[in-house]
Amino acid sequence: MITIRLVDSKLHKIFIAVNNVFVYCEVQNNRLADVSLELLTKGRKLAGELHVGLEAILIGKGVSDMAKELFDYGVRTLHLVEDERLAFYRTLPYARLVKHLFEREKPQIGLFGATPVGRDLAPRIASSLKCGLTADCTGLEIGDHHDKKSDTTYTNLLYQIRPAFGGNIIATIINPDTRPQLATVREGVMKKEPLMESMAGEIKTLDVNGILQKEDFVVEIIDRHVEEKRINIKNAPIIVAGGYGVGSKENFKLLFELADVLGGEVGGTRAAVDAGYIEHDRQIGQTGVTVRPRLYIACGISGQIQHRAGMMESSMIIAINTDRNAPINSIADYVITGDFAEVVPRLIKYYRKNSK
Amino acid sequence: MKPLKIIVLAKQVPDTRNVGKDAMKADGTVNRAALEAIFNPEDLNALEQALRIKDQAEGSQVTLLTMGPGRAAEIIREGLYRGADHGFLLTDRKFAGSDTLATSYSIARAVSQNEYDIIIAGRQAIDGDTAQVGPQVAEKLNIPQVTYVEAIEEITEFYIIARRRLDNGIERVKSPLPVLITVHGSAPPCRPRIARRVMKYKHARTLTELQDASEDYIRLFQDRPYLKIDEWSVADIKADEDALGLSGSPTKVKKIENVVFKAKESRILENSDQDIESLIKELIDNHTIG
Ligand SMILES: Cc1cc2nc3c(=O)[nH]c(=O)nc-3n(C[C@H](O)[C@H](O)[C@H](O)COP(=O)(O)OP(=O)(O)OC[C@H]3O[C@@H](n4cnc5c(N)ncnc54)[C@H](O)[C@@H]3O)c2cc1C
Ligand SMILES: Nc1ncnc2c1ncn2[C@@H]1O[C@H](COP(=O)(O)O)[C@@H](O)[C@H]1O
Repeated sequence: MITIRLVDSKLHKIFIAVNNVFVYCEVQNNRLADVSLELLTKGRKLAGELHVGLEAILIGKGVSDMAKELFDYGVRTLHLVEDERLAFYRTLPYARLVKHLFEREKPQIGLFGATPVGRDLAPRIASSLKCGLTADCTGLEIGDHHDKKSDTTYTNLLYQIRPAFGGNIIATIINPDTRPQLATVREGVMKKEPLMESMAGEIKTLDVNGILQKEDFVVEIIDRHVEEKRINIKNAPIIVAGGYGVGSKENFKLLFELADVLGGEVGGTRAAVDAGYIEHDRQIGQTGVTVRPRLYIACGISGQIQHRAGMMESSMIIAINTDRNAPINSIADYVITGDFAEVVPRLIKYYRKNSK
Repeated sequence: MKPLKIIVLAKQVPDTRNVGKDAMKADGTVNRAALEAIFNPEDLNALEQALRIKDQAEGSQVTLLTMGPGRAAEIIREGLYRGADHGFLLTDRKFAGSDTLATSYSIARAVSQNEYDIIIAGRQAIDGDTAQVGPQVAEKLNIPQVTYVEAIEEITEFYIIARRRLDNGIERVKSPLPVLITVHGSAPPCRPRIARRVMKYKHARTLTELQDASEDYIRLFQDRPYLKIDEWSVADIKADEDALGLSGSPTKVKKIENVVFKAKESRILENSDQDIESLIKELIDNHTIG
């Protein structure tokens, strides 16, 4: 039996499911954030499968000339909100505007970057619309769901896929009865691809008068110092990564030396970051960056799912671990069982000897 | 300065940072019992911020609120040892299965039974890393939020000035009270237990804990009422049952998969000069490096 539920649920009134896919677009250092372009690419594919359109929300001051780039990514309708007071992200006015647009446009899916902005804004929206939100998804797909208890089939739900609970399991989360279905995704997890041929979209400007209220501005920004990212491991062709097994900040120097010789960057696991061996910007994995280098050398890394989620697509993986049964070994092309402190100097030595 | 009422939101979580070999059972499911239950790390940073406010505004009250099963009373005791004045445990079978929306609804209901000037949460709980509950509670209480706080630079009875730690920088903001802040792990660590307070509070218990231990603490509670950790149920917070637990949770888990390793054809190398030199030569020849 196939029925599509369009009734009130206990949770919330359901919206008719023909509506569009929305991406909240973020501006960082006067440019569209990479993560927003990645989400638009994903959003375009989801919209294609659902036979609906892709729409974007862009809020700020003097941001209208970014519209063209959004259209290059397949945005059909851009909801543009500009105001002097919106130059920098602030929770209350931004949340009020996004909520207003969601209530008016009734999207079926809403995607946000898992950035400090997206993670501040999306829960506020989910809370006021009483809908579900899944953080740090590593996969988004369209699929159906049959609920045995009510013998109801839901079609075209958003599967929000993420590793969960200490690793080793992957959960698929759905929101059967509420709309929009909201998710956040980290930068670098999805690929960014503009359309081959750009198409023209429509700009709808939203007049903030009558929507924003004085009390939305009670929190003032006194000052902000935000730098361009110093470390960019996302695009490095070669990554030497270290885990908790590297043992100290001092020992990491060896990895920096190898990366330096090979022309690569150093990354690490969350355990290494938590232990203070390396900076947070270098964390690879579900809650760090996702990388797809030509070569990934994993030193003293066990290879839990949250870490693998961020490096599995590397073209070649070398694992160096004292434990011959470390999970990382099963996804490695080359497994060297041994102490990284002996193996890494050998790699450096023989690279120096053999490279021209 | 006028004393302030501070509520700290803290969660007991499995220590997912130390997932050891016995974390998985032979059948491939998670062995929860193998994971130690701890005070969520960033909630300790949150508690420290609360205690610092109390240092400044003498007479301020720090109340720890946690929602969880009976054993979560452990973290309330931990909070009392470190300087919190009170704690209460939101516990009821009906809360089971709550996602972040249902959790934040329940916490917001509980908080609104109290007076507060500032609510302090951790940035995120390590069992899911969602960082959603703080902002969702703030929205439900209709108060401003300041997330990712690393330091409170100034606090008066009317406003706070807080420094936020962003990905690549910092931002300083001023917010009126009441406000909810979430504290980032880069904020100062929590002060340790104070021996005198451990002595004072080591017998602090919830009523359920006492009944389970079938101890006669009734007299004890009469003599020393501060040893009683209050338990609140759904009825105590006057909550709408449809908005909490499973029925109040819009997110459902459709599927849990154990990760099957799609084992590659790995080549096993010795940690020897010979093997490593031939690996390097191969990588240079096929232009992976060099
Ligand atoms: C919600 C959530 C999100 C997470 N997000 C991430 C994330 O984004 N990125 C991430 O990395 N983790 C993440 N984690 C943590 C993850 O589950 C693991 O705890 C972490 O990846 C383990 O790091 P590790 O491999 O460095 O440490 P360990 O698991 O402790 O492994 C250390 C390894 O080093 C080996 N070793 C020891 N000494 C030596 C030596 N001398 N030479 C060679 N090998 C040696 C050991 O055999 C062992 O295999 C997350 C966890 C949760 C719950
Ligand atoms: N069950 C709970 N009881 C008390 N506080 C909680 C609970 N769940 C979450 N919190 C608070 O909300 C923060 C963010 O949690 P989360 O959204 O689960 O990452 C935590 O650091 C706690 O301060």
